[in-house]
Amino acid sequence: MSFINTLIKGEGGLFKPESLTPMQKLLLRFVVVGLIYYGFVIIEGMLMRVYEIKPFPQISESQFFAILTAHPLVGIFGSTYSIVCGAFLFVVPFLMKKPLWSIKMGNWTFLLITIGTFIFWFAGFVSHYSPLYTLYWPLPADFTQFSVWGGTFFIVGIALIMVGTALFIINIFKTITYTPEGWDKQPAGKLLASALGLVAAKNLFSSKNEEHLVPLPVAAVARGSVDMALNTATILFTGVLILVYMVAAILGFDLKESAIDALLYKNWFWWGLDLIADGLVLIFVAGTWYLLAMMITGKPLFMQNIARAALLLELVVSWTVWSHHLLSDQAQPGMLKVVSGELVTAFELITQGLAFFITLATLWSARPLKMTPPLKFLLGGLLGFALAVPAGIMQADVGLNRILHNTQWVVGPHVHVAVLVGLTMTLYSAIYLLFPIVTNGAKMYSEKLVTIHFWCHLTGGIGMGAFMGIAGLNGMLRRTLYFNGEFSLLMILAAICGTLLLTGFLVFFYNIVMSVGLKGVIGIFTPAKVKTKDLVPAN
Amino acid sequence: MVDSEMVLTGQTMAYTFYCIVIILLVAWFSIKVTGKGDSLPVKPGLFYTFTAFLAVLGVSLHLITYNTIPWAEMDLNRDEYKPDKTFVIKVKDHQFIMPSEKLVINVNDKVLFDVQSEDLTYGFGLFRKDNSMMFQMQVVPGHRNDLLWHFDREGVYSIRSTEYSGPKGINMVLKDAVHVIPEGSAN
Repeated sequence: MSFINTLIKGEGGLFKPESLTPMQKLLLRFVVVGLIYYGFVIIEGMLMRVYEIKPFPQISESQFFAILTAHPLVGIFGSTYSIVCGAFLFVVPFLMKKPLWSIKMGNWTFLLITIGTFIFWFAGFVSHYSPLYTLYWPLPADFTQFSVWGGTFFIVGIALIMVGTALFIINIFKTITYTPEGWDKQPAGKLLASALGLVAAKNLFSSKNEEHLVPLPVAAVARGSVDMALNTATILFTGVLILVYMVAAILGFDLKESAIDALLYKNWFWWGLDLIADGLVLIFVAGTWYLLAMMITGKPLFMQNIARAALLLELVVSWTVWSHHLLSDQAQPGMLKVVSGELVTAFELITQGLAFFITLATLWSARPLKMTPPLKFLLGGLLGFALAVPAGIMQADVGLNRILHNTQWVVGPHVHVAVLVGLTMTLYSAIYLLFPIVTNGAKMYSEKLVTIHFWCHLTGGIGMGAFMGIAGLNGMLRRTLYFNGEFSLLMILAAICGTLLLTGFLVFFYNIVMSVGLKGVIGIFTPAKVKTKDLVPAN
Repeated sequence: MVDSEMVLTGQTMAYTFYCIVIILLVAWFSIKVTGKGDSLPVKPGLFYTFTAFLAVLGVSLHLITYNTIPWAEMDLNRDEYKPDKTFVIKVKDHQFIMPSEKLVINVNDKVLFDVQSEDLTYGFGLFRKDNSMMFQMQVVPGHRNDLLWHFDREGVYSIRSTEYSGPKGINMVLKDAVHVIPEGSAN
């Protein structure tokens, strides 16, 4: 097959978009859009890295901070939420062996996340609205620095994503509990109790083990979705609050900014925001590791009941850890700093450590395994969190936080290694594993390119985090600019690692396009010809 | 005496050592799990030992830092200390408004920095000549932002806002604004 032919029709012409079910199309749309937004994030990251080495005139300082504001939000919502929502809308009915409750609602989630991300990104691009994702009060309502119209569109974009997320959560819980047409009545209450981990908690203290009605990965999705729901409510409320100030400014009224207590707001916002970083991400990731380990090995999960109970513990932990973000706030009560900021946060070392151990033990039980792309990337994802979680525990310490807070340490070895190496490699593992299932047997264009993707991503991600970490330990702050080359060498080294990440992504994208062909990519976005609620075609 | 530079060196060494160990461990696992051999189940005892190890590790980190990092205890109980000097610094419109052009401190002074924001959330940090950080805190409007610090050696430090307060915040740097001079010297 010629290069052009493969580029158009895909490897061996095996991918036939007309054979896809609506559910397969829904998942593939989420993944394609998520990967495109991931491309945005990498390009933005590289632009900012080069700017940190030496600011250049094509980008103004206000534009730099607008990129810095959009960058994590596009990464979290546009990319990760897209891929995760798409994957879970497919995986939950797949594991529950029943159709998704509402494909229509799934499509709305897709549209709202895609459009919402573009709106806030574009609003930031045009207006340079840049209060960062932290939105420390009263910065988002500081109209001496920011355009009120830019801010309004920005917040509306975020709100649309939150509405899409709310629909996702409804769809997940309804899928777990509803009774499909023609089925015997499902025990909705018992299914919900199993999904939320109440059965697992009861089993820990009872000699008679009650049966789990919901598979473990579904329980992880359900528990992560609880955090997602609370987070959605927090961000929506905050968005409405900021919008009130913006609409008032548009109408010519100046609401007094000091009406809101900055510290209370900071507690409220971090409580909600941490439900992503220390809640649903860790829970979803643990659930995905378990699913991948079971699918790769074909064996049951090691210490399954403990794993279920740990997911419930992680949920509770995620509601009580927010204060580690306020260890440098002197007005924050000392008790909250020690109990919530230090001790409860240390529980994450335990919960994530257990997930790490359980996954490795499950893989070990099936040795010798073949080093397939899903296994390779799963091990990379495990390593990413093994590196990033202790880095986070170290900064969540009253003593160390005094010299680490807001440095590149926080965002390098902790955030970027967790997201890029831990989370993203886990997602890549799932993509490589699910690829033949959701494409009805399409073949990956090149295994060699998969290996190049793996090494570029792993070394680039860890390397970038390491050089950012060294810069942080040497005093380099995040969220600021240096004009005299103070940290240029370390930023150049981080940029080289960033280039590796970019190369890895381009290799992956090329490999996927060559696997499904340009015709196939377009076909994903055309209406499904197969009219069924089944996940995959019947034959 | 232990200062923040020494703490950072210790942290760098400990974390680097950990990273090397965990990378080697995952590499070893990757080779073993794909190599020849029987699939042996992992014993639950090992799992529970690992869980206990994590619990001890998580708690001991804070106990060790509380007992070895000198400012940790002083920071949490700062109301019980009497500062040798207090500097009240106001922040408004992305400017530090200082009580004097230079803040002069004697070695071994315990100094209270009371920083008050009149508009946005800022940060307040002291940085050495080589740009490394001595300490920082957040400066939240409408709240008391006070930090007590024991200066145990001479030096000249710059003040910088350590929190993003909009694009205008990047210029919030006061070069060589804090001078720590020998004990007993006139200031």
